[in-house]
Amino acid sequence: MSRHPDTWSRPPFIANPWLRWATYLGAAIYVVWVVTTIPIDWERVAAGVERAGRIFGGAFPPSFERSQLLIDGFLESIRIALLATAGGVLLSVPIAFMAARNVAPLPIFYLGRAIIIVARSFHPVIVAIIFVKAVGFGPFAGVLTLVVYSIGFVAKMLAERIEEIDMGQVEAMRAAGAPFFSTLFYAIFPQIMPRQIGLTIYQLDSNLRASAVVGIVGAGGIGATLANAFGRYDYDFALAITIVIVAVILVSEAVSGYIRKRVG
Amino acid sequence: MLKITDLVKRYDGGEPVLKNLDLTIEGESVVSIIGSSGAGKSTLLRCINRLVEPTSGSIVLNGTELTSLRGGKLRAARRKIGMVFQGFNLVERLTVMENVQSGRLGYISSWAAIMRRYPKKDIRRAYELMERVGIAHYANTRADQLSGGERQRVGVVRALMQDPEILLADEPTASLDPKTSEQIMGLLRDLAGELKLPVLINIHNVAEAKEYTDRIVGMRYGRIIFDDVPSKLDRDAMDRIYSGSPHADRSDTGVAAQ
Repeated sequence: MSRHPDTWSRPPFIANPWLRWATYLGAAIYVVWVVTTIPIDWERVAAGVERAGRIFGGAFPPSFERSQLLIDGFLESIRIALLATAGGVLLSVPIAFMAARNVAPLPIFYLGRAIIIVARSFHPVIVAIIFVKAVGFGPFAGVLTLVVYSIGFVAKMLAERIEEIDMGQVEAMRAAGAPFFSTLFYAIFPQIMPRQIGLTIYQLDSNLRASAVVGIVGAGGIGATLANAFGRYDYDFALAITIVIVAVILVSEAVSGYIRKRVG
Repeated sequence: MLKITDLVKRYDGGEPVLKNLDLTIEGESVVSIIGSSGAGKSTLLRCINRLVEPTSGSIVLNGTELTSLRGGKLRAARRKIGMVFQGFNLVERLTVMENVQSGRLGYISSWAAIMRRYPKKDIRRAYELMERVGIAHYANTRADQLSGGERQRVGVVRALMQDPEILLADEPTASLDPKTSEQIMGLLRDLAGELKLPVLINIHNVAEAKEYTDRIVGMRYGRIIFDDVPSKLDRDAMDRIYSGSPHADRSDTGVAAQ
């Protein structure tokens, strides 16, 4: 009878011990170097705390006196988000098909992936700054920004879903002699539709949040109202705006979560 | 009549999967193709409706050479070739009626298909066939609600909706339990008779092949090595069809080529 070992340990993540310890040591040294070389000026921290105290002192109690301005800003944000979601999702569908390896020929696939990568590589704030420069202050710049933002997310997720579809259904349509668009609508859309609806609702929610951020750099909506309030040291109004933003986002997230659960 | 001559299929420059294969299906016979996995049964069937591109050779269905067709002409030819699949390949999220009508997609415009405006005679035909196979009461049910046997009935009706000149069935019963499997085989045989339709069935179950089909074609690594009535399929023929492995055959041909 052969003897079997009675101890076992999990194989290490990096097999080579020299490489393993060198990696750990290198990471540790880098962290120490970062902490010791980044200038941390405690005096400035103290001054900042004081300034923050003044801002918050001025912010209480929040002022809803100019609620009309607040409501207008919000309505504009919602309009920006709706328009950007509609435009972004509409553009995302063909781009997603271009970027799905199982349905697009190779050159088209690369083009589709390139569009998605470009749309994803910049934070919406940076995109907003560019569009504000290009088309001027206001909600139009916000819409364009969020269209790009939507494409980056929706097209990417949708392309991944298209790559996962059951090709058997497509094969059945081809075998029946179905033309291109009939195949698309019978074999592919039914498979991706639940994901498409979920993504659209999620993106609407996400665009509403992002519209507040891009407004700060001049792309319209509630963000612009907030930036103006800060600029004029109306901290109490700014706090009122912030409270409403948080409330609206909570509500929109709850609603979008509920709908997505029902659709899925 | 389906006439296959000197058919070769080679994937990406490897060993051919089909080797100079000849096969003729006449009249309304039900023909089964047996052979171990990797023998090329599925590839043969898919070459006929060009889901797989043949490398060379000729496939003629009722006077039409299928191997050279492209675009609209290929689609028109595919309309006349019904196919039933092992995994059913139904559109899970659509209703049974929509699945059945998808067999008509080659005949109606994409717009009519998208708007679900099916011709009256297609709807009547669909009910007729669904009633024939016993699924008419499921017309408005989503395909993913059905059992395996019911799904394959939908698959069969979809293929018949094409008004085909031949029916191909690629392991139509491999995903079904034994009893349902026999029901589907019986249905295919009966429908072939009723509709005067030749049927070509890939199948692993030799007992079913013997019971439900008129002629058995035995394939072994890309060649037809048996082609006769079921009663002639004896122990010896079975051994020749199923013994060894595709791998062993590959090495054999390697030696023979030298």
